[in-house]
Amino acid sequence: MSPIWHLTWRSVANRRLSVLLTVIAVALSVAMLIGVERLRNDAREGFARTIAGTDLVVGARGGAVQLLLYSVFHMGNATNNMSWESLQKIAALPQVDWVVPLSLGDSHRGFRVVGTSSGFFEHYRFGEDESLRFAAGRAFAPAPEGIFDTVIGAEVAARFGYREGDHIVLSHGSGAGVSFADHADKPFTVVGVLARSGTPVDRSVLVSLEGIEAIHIDWQGGAQIPGLHISPEQVRKFDIRPRTATAALVGLKNRVTVFRVQRWVNTFADEPLTAILPGATLQELWNLLGVAEQALLAVSALVVVVGLAGLMAVMVASLGERRRELAILRALGAGPRQILALLMLESMTLALTGICAGLVLVTAASAALAPWLASTYGLRLGIGWPSMSEWVLLGAVFAASVLASLVPGVRAYRYSVADGMTIRM
Amino acid sequence: MSPTAVDLQALRFRWRGAASDCLAIDAFALAPRERVFLQGPSGSGKSTLLALIGGVLTPSTGQVQVAGQALSTLSSAARDRFRADHIGFIFQLFNLLPYLSARDNIMLPCRFSAARRQRLQQAGQTAADEVLRLAEHLDLSPALLGRPASELSVGQQQRVAAARALIGRPGLIVADEPTSALDADRQSAFLDLLLGECAASDAALLFVSHDPRLAQRFDRVLNLADINRAAPSGSGGME
Repeated sequence: MSPIWHLTWRSVANRRLSVLLTVIAVALSVAMLIGVERLRNDAREGFARTIAGTDLVVGARGGAVQLLLYSVFHMGNATNNMSWESLQKIAALPQVDWVVPLSLGDSHRGFRVVGTSSGFFEHYRFGEDESLRFAAGRAFAPAPEGIFDTVIGAEVAARFGYREGDHIVLSHGSGAGVSFADHADKPFTVVGVLARSGTPVDRSVLVSLEGIEAIHIDWQGGAQIPGLHISPEQVRKFDIRPRTATAALVGLKNRVTVFRVQRWVNTFADEPLTAILPGATLQELWNLLGVAEQALLAVSALVVVVGLAGLMAVMVASLGERRRELAILRALGAGPRQILALLMLESMTLALTGICAGLVLVTAASAALAPWLASTYGLRLGIGWPSMSEWVLLGAVFAASVLASLVPGVRAYRYSVADGMTIRM
Repeated sequence: MSPTAVDLQALRFRWRGAASDCLAIDAFALAPRERVFLQGPSGSGKSTLLALIGGVLTPSTGQVQVAGQALSTLSSAARDRFRADHIGFIFQLFNLLPYLSARDNIMLPCRFSAARRQRLQQAGQTAADEVLRLAEHLDLSPALLGRPASELSVGQQQRVAAARALIGRPGLIVADEPTSALDADRQSAFLDLLLGECAASDAALLFVSHDPRLAQRFDRVLNLADINRAAPSGSGGME
């Protein structure tokens, strides 16, 4: 086999341009396949590590997936709020350890504002039961002192360069860009900046529920009431106890009781409510997204097939002009099997180079795009060695390339048997 | 006494599906170190005969012996190895692998054949030394050796091909119209070099050509039509 290795390398090196183009095609297709797989897995992992330690999420009656998406992942909007009284009743259940209310609907320069209680900092967990940490400052003080205090996520702080003591203005609605309905008369003071957690909290502006009430006190139906203006100083004289919440995170004293509490909430008589188990609902979400993921993966696999077909075509096309080369090799003592090996090795060398280049490409691309993906979508890409599932895909691509290399290989074998040492033009 | 370089006995060859034999040679022998000019026009079955001697084709009946070895007793893989070890081929044109340098082309048989490497070793030579020696004898400057084969002139290519056939001293050199692409002066010069090197390495030479002007330099001149009893027409296939 040693002369064949030598010849393979030299022959490949000789046909640089067509080889280069083929390798690029294979590399791009492999990069796409691995990129899709990586994105898919990292998105899943990101979702899965976003919420831990919360036994139930409660919101107005609606779809489980929808409730999970808007309450925890800040995707989409709630159609209804739940009343404060219902929340109090849930909190009063003997099985319930803690309740953290969430009030959504406002934004700050494209980032969501989350009204919550200071219990959020204590009870919200992510990853493997990690708590939120402060990079600077502290949690907002309980009302009424801390009404206009805010704690901001790491991404918000990084994007706008906010620091402790800065004043920010919240906007009505969750418009991504510029909002024309600012709560400009009631600015908030940054009292704390959270450390990066890799969850939607990074992209949140956290304020107290009372703060949310206060900025809407002179508003009605999504706009400021004309002629009515209540200053921040006056606002403290009004009743700013929260009346509604969008959703609530619930922790139980004993997880065993989770289904009983869930049933209790779902059959709550005063108000139609829904309680979900975050883990089970995530699973439901995966089942929904599974079809789209599979389709994306299938398309990427097809692109790889196209790339390998291109490689095969280049190799087969080159065979016509290489028939005399094969005859020379036969005369020098190469058997038809060695000719087969030569052509297969060439194709496989190209495929393998393409696969490696594709891996390098996808690694470089994810390193380059990671900051943008993290800040825009909160998606954290793993950069490093391919995961098990990626190795499986790479193995499949290589197996396919071995099959593809059989086409020029077998053709060359046939030529070398038919032509022998006769040099055909 | 070394064995006969080539010995054909009662050889018959017919292409699959053909109505008549392409070759029918009762007896032909090439002695060691003998230089034979085999004349035959196109279509006379020359290339078929060379493929039979090289063991790429197997006869329908009869026997082909090269260097005392009956090729029919060998497997096809063993025939490939035997060809690499014992026969050097030179073709009419396009003898070289275009993507290798002249030097690598010359050394190629040593990669395929352990026997050629061994013979060089026994003579106390390295392949690289032998390439230089052959190149010098065949009037190839050392500077040419590093160039890709595709950049050489036709005459240079044929001399590189001759060096490749000769390296490692195979007992038989088979040349199939190696001079037909050269002009008259170069033909004669190439023949001088080839005959000289065959003599120097004790190789027998089977030189096939349709050009009778070159014949006088050989020990023996044969016309393929005289030894082949098969009708020359309809030979087909290899020519």
